[in-house]
Amino acid sequence: MSRPEEQVILAEHPVPEAPPEGRDEARLARRERLRLLARSKTFLAGVLLFGVFVFCAIFGRAIVPYDPFGAPTDLLNKLQPPSTEHLFGTDQLGRDVFSRVVVGARDILAVSVAATLLGVVLGAALGLVTGYFRGVIDEVLMRIVDAFLAVPLVILATVALVALGPSKGTLIVVIGIVFAPIIARTVRAAVLSERELEYVEAARLRNERAPYIMFAEILPNVTAPIVVEFTVRLGYAIFAIATLTFLGFGVQPPSPDWGLQIKENYVILNGGYWWPTLFPALAIALLVVSVNLVADGLTRVFEA
Amino acid sequence: MILFAAAQLLPGDVGRAILGPFAAQEAVDQLNEELGTNRSIVVQYGDWIGGVLQGDLGDSYAFNRPVGELLWPALRNSAKIALLALLIVVPVSVVGGVAAALKEGQARDRIISLGGLSATAIPDFVWAVLGIMVFGIWLDVLPVTAQAPAGAGFLTQVKYLLLPALCLVFVLFGYIARMARAGTIEALHADYTRTAVLKGLPRRTIVRRHVLRNSLLPTIAVVATQVGYLFGGLVAIELIFNYNGIGQLIYRAAQRQDFPLLLSAALVVGVVYLVATLIADVLYSLLNPRIRLSSES
Repeated sequence: MSRPEEQVILAEHPVPEAPPEGRDEARLARRERLRLLARSKTFLAGVLLFGVFVFCAIFGRAIVPYDPFGAPTDLLNKLQPPSTEHLFGTDQLGRDVFSRVVVGARDILAVSVAATLLGVVLGAALGLVTGYFRGVIDEVLMRIVDAFLAVPLVILATVALVALGPSKGTLIVVIGIVFAPIIARTVRAAVLSERELEYVEAARLRNERAPYIMFAEILPNVTAPIVVEFTVRLGYAIFAIATLTFLGFGVQPPSPDWGLQIKENYVILNGGYWWPTLFPALAIALLVVSVNLVADGLTRVFEA
Repeated sequence: MILFAAAQLLPGDVGRAILGPFAAQEAVDQLNEELGTNRSIVVQYGDWIGGVLQGDLGDSYAFNRPVGELLWPALRNSAKIALLALLIVVPVSVVGGVAAALKEGQARDRIISLGGLSATAIPDFVWAVLGIMVFGIWLDVLPVTAQAPAGAGFLTQVKYLLLPALCLVFVLFGYIARMARAGTIEALHADYTRTAVLKGLPRRTIVRRHVLRNSLLPTIAVVATQVGYLFGGLVAIELIFNYNGIGQLIYRAAQRQDFPLLLSAALVVGVVYLVATLIADVLYSLLNPRIRLSSES
């Protein structure tokens, strides 16, 4: 079915005749991947949607019509249903829900990206070391990973956050540390197959030191799984952070974080006040879906 | 097997590591002083683990009752939700995954795969508030709490548990369907399937006798990995639906810094996960003649 289309594309982009050097081959492969990505509608939709949230996170404060933190004196205006004046209605303190949803993108994005970055850096280092050296360190670390995986993430994080006291900083550190071993496992698997290749052997014969081989030789060749792992974990991080915030162990008031908004407003659902809960809930749903569309697109292209 | 057991013993150690700073906070708490929490964390932990080995989980600080008394009813309640959710989600997602695999790459596959992926990524408490809005308030067909009135019959209990179970179905559908889909695709491409096709067997027979038998094995493993979540990760769901399960017990223990209760609950969740994984391992080898026969020889 797709044959004619492919031929057209081949005609438009003639393949270079002589197979070029290794470096050019890698560049070609990269361009091919980008082209595949650009053709995936779901990937583009994910990027677009995620871009909107990033825009809200950065410029939200400047574009919203009302103060998201609101004047609590505006109680006359509380719990107004959605209207042209207040697109998403107002909450129990008379604050504009639309403004709070837009500005609420900031905390969850900042915290989840920071936590995932921390997890990926720790996990990649751990995975490189365990995959490269194997042996006893490897055994011990992998058993610890197994143990981590046996307790649900939310419980692990709850226990840690109660012990350390909830704040954005502890949230980042806790999620990052909980993710690190899981990411380490993926990186380790990639390193295990990479270390048997000839270029690693060559570096070893050149008497390069182990840290150099790990970080300068192997690391650039395992970036693809690391990037994929980052996007996948980012989805989980948003899931976890939203849940923890909802439980009251995450971002603290008066932040207009979505999880907090749901926590503050779901109890009045029964009274028919659906708007202060529905819009932040939809925002969380759309954000995680966008991240997962991006992750899905990257996984397909890199692992095909 | 020994390695496996050793790995599963570690959650207690992880708990201790995480709870390290816990003691300092509690020592400040004057009320807790008489409970012996001003002793060093190692002594406390040793005390507690010694008790656990003798079958005594200690007393809850906050509720002033033995931990066991609180834990077992909660575990039983959580088991009810987990069972109901599994009863719905396993057949639905297996059918979904196989249906997607049979049309690999086509519209039906993309819709099921992407839908499952998105449903799985959305946090359970978001599904819960959306579910309450739609089924509990707008349509008004399901109760918005999970705790059935005391002495309620079986069907009433199921009705109360249906909405929370439905949220879990959404969250788990993606995982299980993806596994069933991957297993089915692998089996469809296997040599024995090609042989069956070339023998001229009807497609229906091939799918039922050759493909499904092989494709559903990995699904068992993924269901088992979700049992830990079902038996203790439901903190938010149980809170929203005000259900006295182990998740809400953990939440309350965490809020009140109830050290023995929190540790015991986490331990129980770890043990449940271990048992589920073990059962899955045994089932897997019983159902898979290749493993069964190779271990016998």
